[in-house]
Amino acid sequence: MSQVSLTVNGKAVSVDVEDRTLLSSVLRENLGLTGTHIGCDTSQCGACTVHLDGRVVKSCTVLAVQAAGSDVMTIEGLAPSHDPSGATLHPVQQAFSECHALQCGFCTPGMIMAVTGLLKDTPDPDEQQIIHGLEGNLCRCTGYVNIVKAVKQAASALRA
Amino acid sequence: MYEFTYIKPGSLPEASDLLTRHEGAKPLSGGMTLIPTLKQRLSQPSHLVDLTGLAALKGIALVEGRLEIGAATRHVEVATSTVVRESLPALAALAAGIGDPQVRNRGTMGGSVANNDPAADYPSAVLGLAATVHTDRRSIAADDFFQGMFATALEPGELITRISFPLPERAAYAKFPHPASGYAMTGVFIAVTGGVVRVAVTGAGPGVFRWTDAEAALQASFSPAAIAGLEVDATDLNADIHAPAAYRANLVRVMALRALETLQTSSKGQ
Repeated sequence: MSQVSLTVNGKAVSVDVEDRTLLSSVLRENLGLTGTHIGCDTSQCGACTVHLDGRVVKSCTVLAVQAAGSDVMTIEGLAPSHDPSGATLHPVQQAFSECHALQCGFCTPGMIMAVTGLLKDTPDPDEQQIIHGLEGNLCRCTGYVNIVKAVKQAASALRA
Repeated sequence: MYEFTYIKPGSLPEASDLLTRHEGAKPLSGGMTLIPTLKQRLSQPSHLVDLTGLAALKGIALVEGRLEIGAATRHVEVATSTVVRESLPALAALAAGIGDPQVRNRGTMGGSVANNDPAADYPSAVLGLAATVHTDRRSIAADDFFQGMFATALEPGELITRISFPLPERAAYAKFPHPASGYAMTGVFIAVTGGVVRVAVTGAGPGVFRWTDAEAALQASFSPAAIAGLEVDATDLNADIHAPAAYRANLVRVMALRALETLQTSSKGQ
C-alpha cells in the first residue's frame, strides 16, 4: 500500500491505495468522480481521458502512484476551470451540446477532455489536425462528423 | 493486474541496483506498453522501478554535431522540440506520428527502444541513422543493439540513458499505420549521413532490419527510379490477420518511395 497525495480539480486529496491501482480507479472509486468512464480497459478507447499536469492521458493506463504530486483535471473540473461559479458550461461542452456531437454519450467526457487538450496546443486546427488530434478517442455512434463540427465551433469560441 | 511493489529511485545507480537485486523487477518508463501488458496479466513483475524522475535520463541537446536525447524524453517533447525540428526534422515528424496524443504525452524514447516492439517507430530511426545507444554500462551501435522481436543487446538490469544521433544530410520516414492501433504495418526510414545511404524497415518483419538492396541501389542513384523495380523477399516477413507477408513486402517498397518523395520536395526531409 502507498499513500498518494495529488490535486484533483483544484482540491488537495490523499488516498491509500495498492501500488497496482490505476488512476482511473482512484478517480471513480475513491473520489466518486464517475464522469471519467472506463470503456475498453485495454488503453485504446480514450473514454477515461483526463488532464495530468495539463497534458491529456488515459487514466486507465497510469498508476495512481505515478500521479503522486501531480495536478489532475477530470470532466467534473472542466466547467469550473472556465467559470468558477460553475453556472456555465465550458465552451467545448457547449459546442458538443449545440452541434449534437454525441449520441449515447459514453465517449463524451473523454472526447471533451481530449479536445480541450488539442485546442490548447492547436488553437485553430484544420480538419486533418482535428482527426489526428482525436486518434486516441473512439466514438461508436456518431461517425465523428458532428464531433469535428463541435471542435471547430469550440475553437472559434475559445479564440473569440 | 497482479500485485507488485512500486519504487521511484532518486538516482541511476539506485535504479540499477534495485533491478539487479530483485530478479523479478522491471523498469517502468512511460508505461504505454508495460501497463496494458500488466492489465492483461501477461507479465508478473515483483517490483516496478520508475525511471521517469531521474535527471540523468532527461534532456535534448546538440553536442559536438550530434543530437543527444535522454531516454526518459517523452514523444511529445521530441515532436515539439525546436532543437529536434531544426536539426533532425524527420525524427520530430516520426515522433509526432507515434500512437495518439495520450500515448505521446506519456511514452518515452528509451522505453520504446528498449522494448523493441517489431511495429514500433523509433527503432527504424535509430537503425536508419546508425545512432548510438548509451546505457549505464556502455555504448552500443544500432546495428548491434536490435536483435529481433522484443530482443535487444541489453543485459538484465542494464538501462538506456540516452541515444545519440548523427545529423544526416537528408532523412525521411514514411509509414503505413494500422488504421486502429496506429502501429506501423510497415514503416521505412531513409537517411543519408556522411554520404552513406541507409534504409531501415519496421513493422514488416520480426524486428527492425535494413533493406540492403535498396541501400545499394540508392547509393548508386538517389532517386525513386532506383528502387521502383526492386522486389522485397516476403519469406521472413510478418503475416497476421491484418496483412499477409506479400502485402507487407509490397508496402516496404511503397513506403520507401513515399519517404523518397518527401526528400524530393524538401532539402532536409520533413
